[in-house]
Amino acid sequence: MSQTIEAPVEVRLPEGDEEYRHEPPWIVIVWNDPINLMSYVTFVLRKLFGFSKEEATKLMLQVHNEGKAVVSSGEKEKAEFDVARLHAHGLWATLRQD
Amino acid sequence: MPTRRIQRDRKGGYRLRLPADERELLRSLPAQFREVLQTDDPSLRRLFPPAYLDDDDADDEYRRLMREELLEGKLTALRIVEETAGSDHLTGEQLEAWLGALESLRLYLGTQLDVNEEMHETLLDPDDPGTPALALYGYLSWLQEQAVEALSSSLP
Repeated sequence: MSQTIEAPVEVRLPEGDEEYRHEPPWIVIVWNDPINLMSYVTFVLRKLFGFSKEEATKLMLQVHNEGKAVVSSGEKEKAEFDVARLHAHGLWATLRQD
Repeated sequence: MPTRRIQRDRKGGYRLRLPADERELLRSLPAQFREVLQTDDPSLRRLFPPAYLDDDDADDEYRRLMREELLEGKLTALRIVEETAGSDHLTGEQLEAWLGALESLRLYLGTQLDVNEEMHETLLDPDDPGTPALALYGYLSWLQEQAVEALSSSLP
């Protein structure tokens, strides 16, 4: 696999983000289960998170083959909201701080 | 009777072509399942999974906040299937409810039957008392696959 090497760019973060940067994000994990159809998992990921068919299929296969995949991350409230939406669609999802 | 039960039509809705006995089955399942949903049957655990794996307090709080809403959504989906099992056309919203109701039923049956990923290929054993439930699970899976395919074609 080839990779483009980019020149280092100095990124200046906006002031006030200091505290947020030290707080690790919460991640939402979808776990593999023997009941959900592969097509269904792909559909739910597309519908809830707006992934393309290709992106959602890749995540679904990661869940299927590796047992789990991280599907979203961010602040705790957002992660919990995403987990609740996944639960409402029957997927087995949990959240934890990364 | 064509094999395909659910298909997208040209007007943005979905055509439902089901034989009478399947319609009857889909009309009667929600009432039976609604009763199960009010119990603490352990096979319902996949319908109300934990949100936190290693923080019981946080998980209890999540359940306290979310369980009612989660249950409400599942009951609404079952009611819509019950009401539209005789229809020839479904709106996108109604088909999403069908998808959700099929999902809830499969999660319950699949947990009860302790299905594994290879089970779809096993033959139905006439001497196994679990065979009728497994056949029903297979039928619901087949129907859900069609609902997913029809709805996926409407995604951007």
